[in-house]
Amino acid sequence: MLQITDLHAETAGKTILQGLSLQINAGEVHAIMGPNGAGKSTLAYTLGGRPGYEVTAGSATFDGADLLALEPHERAAAGLFLGFQYPVEIPGVSNLQFLRTALNAQKRARGEAELSGGEFIKLARAQANALGLDPEMLKRPVNVGFSGGEKKRAEMVQMGILAPKLAILDETDSGLDIDALRVVGQGINTIMRAPDKAVLLITHYQRLLDYVRPDFVHVLAGGRIVRSGGPELALELEREGYAEVAA
Amino acid sequence: MTTTVDTGVKNREALDAANKKYEWGFSTELETEFAPKGLSEATVRFISAKKEEPEWMLEWRLKAYRRWLEMESPDWAKLDIAPIDYQDAFYYAAPKAKPTLASLDELDPEIRRTYEKLGIPIEEQKVLAGVEGAGLPARKIAVDAVFDSVSVATTFRAELERAGVIFRSISEAVREFPDLVRKWLGKVVPAHDNYFAALNAAVFSDGTFVYVPEGVRCPMELSTYFRINAANTGQFERTLIVADKGAYVSYLEGCTAPQRDENQLHAAVVELVALDDAEIKYSTVQNWYPGDEQGLGGIYNFVTKRALCQGARSKVSWTQVETGSAVTWKYPSCVLNGEDSVGEFYSVAVTNNRQQADTGTKMIHNGRGSRSTIVSKGISAGRSDNTYRGLVRVGPNAENVRNFTQCDSLLLGDQCGAHTVPYIEVRNPTATIEHEATTSKISDDQLFYAQQRGLDRESAVALIVNGFAKEVLQQLPMEFAVEAQKLLGISLEGSVG
Repeated sequence: MLQITDLHAETAGKTILQGLSLQINAGEVHAIMGPNGAGKSTLAYTLGGRPGYEVTAGSATFDGADLLALEPHERAAAGLFLGFQYPVEIPGVSNLQFLRTALNAQKRARGEAELSGGEFIKLARAQANALGLDPEMLKRPVNVGFSGGEKKRAEMVQMGILAPKLAILDETDSGLDIDALRVVGQGINTIMRAPDKAVLLITHYQRLLDYVRPDFVHVLAGGRIVRSGGPELALELEREGYAEVAA
Repeated sequence: MTTTVDTGVKNREALDAANKKYEWGFSTELETEFAPKGLSEATVRFISAKKEEPEWMLEWRLKAYRRWLEMESPDWAKLDIAPIDYQDAFYYAAPKAKPTLASLDELDPEIRRTYEKLGIPIEEQKVLAGVEGAGLPARKIAVDAVFDSVSVATTFRAELERAGVIFRSISEAVREFPDLVRKWLGKVVPAHDNYFAALNAAVFSDGTFVYVPEGVRCPMELSTYFRINAANTGQFERTLIVADKGAYVSYLEGCTAPQRDENQLHAAVVELVALDDAEIKYSTVQNWYPGDEQGLGGIYNFVTKRALCQGARSKVSWTQVETGSAVTWKYPSCVLNGEDSVGEFYSVAVTNNRQQADTGTKMIHNGRGSRSTIVSKGISAGRSDNTYRGLVRVGPNAENVRNFTQCDSLLLGDQCGAHTVPYIEVRNPTATIEHEATTSKISDDQLFYAQQRGLDRESAVALIVNGFAKEVLQQLPMEFAVEAQKLLGISLEGSVG
């Protein structure tokens, strides 16, 4: 589904990714772990197409198409979802309005029928309930006044509504208490654990992996993947520390 | 903004922006009758004669004209405008047609087509276009269609008359209801109030007159749609709305003009009078041609709008969405004379490219317990300048006055300006005055977040801007809110790169 080959990327004049390669197939959950400054968020932003993140070499294809040639909204329509470490506030725009506009824009781009207001609200309420977010909160402006945990739940609700093929979740576990962590973990499993979907979890800690069991774990250091393994690698990292494992 | 966008994207956006034209910029080919070019007493007499006005009206105009000659154009606003040659314009332009239409069917088909193209319902069986998408029940809206210097149609007259509401072009009202017009004309905005008001008083050509009698709630929304069509022609309309005791009326105003390289002058006067317990809601979506990216052409919009909240518990709400005009100079105000009277001002002003707006309000509190609310949202993009200028004044005898002011500015890009100039003059110690102001930018984080969810850049900007302006947009009647939301997006297209 996602094939990254020898990716080099820089931001603010600094080279961050230095030859990263990674293959993710449908049905797989991958976790990328690494110390601060390893390039985890840069990888997420580069794949999402954030302005300011320049690819200087290498390639990334998504379902065979050149991902890097697409605009951010085209990547979204192609089925790429980025879960943000710090979900952004948009004052005056309700979650319902935001997500309905976004979903229908994606559907238009894919040549699918758009959802009516009623259909959309039904979908949104169901997803909110499934993730333990009070559906009333969907009427509030996007992330405005939400607690850290609520923001992360809301990200999962967005993911549920937009139903992507590939979710790249950047530190989705940060700032969560145990209960929220469990809900988010279950959310990822319910929404994304499917033969035609895939997940790339970017995380600093092992604890989210107690809830979402990855098929592959990779260690990112110095802008490259320095080790790959199964779920046991995460435990080793937790025990030994990055310095030991990445060395 | 620090966004780095590769040149491919930039070029494409520039191209998109260049291809998007001001949608209302077409002009209509019509046989038009003009006044002789230039401004003189003869021009004033010509207009008055064309309108078959009574002698008192002509005298009023001439007096205003003589005052205007002695006045100077105001220079205190933060506007950079080349001197205006008042002799190089036409002050009266009217489509040649039958002097009086027996019915709307006799309307010149070209004019009818123009309004159809603009989506303005001048046939009574139709409602405002653009409503279907909002899923609203069809509502009747009475329209006064002003084309250049004359009103070409007013609709739903008979139905309004049954309710006792007078809805006329002001030219007709001067002839048909001279006493009523004479009683209030110039009482809110005196003929010599300011340079542009004096100019208007001298040469005003048409506009709308509304009278809602005591205790009557106007059965439908009233609206005037102003269209400047002829080239080199100024539009000087005058609107007078009187809500008698306990009356209520909601009035909408819209405007567009063809795309032309020369600047055109629009100097309007709007006077509102609210007596005891009366309420007037006045909404404007101003979409005059703004000029091109280099600042060539566009309407100079110098407007004096003022409401007299004369009666106890009277209330006037101004809501404006300003997206057009090369230059906007406009301060819809409330003189709150009545005890416990209420004034409100909700404004969204968008400037892009080389547009300049200096707009705001004046709340003059003379009545005890009078209250006012000001919510101003300025959005600047391109190389534009956007200024909020507002006065809150509390007179010595006005006890327990309250005012709340909120001024928010949103910047798109780093070459535009946002300015807030509040004046607060309080002569009574019991007053409570609050003023809040913020300036923010659309952040790269917000843009990318919305784009990552599937919105293209323009839609993302439109969504964020609409959120910013929401408090004001929700004050508009639904039909206008839908139109205004679209306009905000269109006005800012190509502004973030």
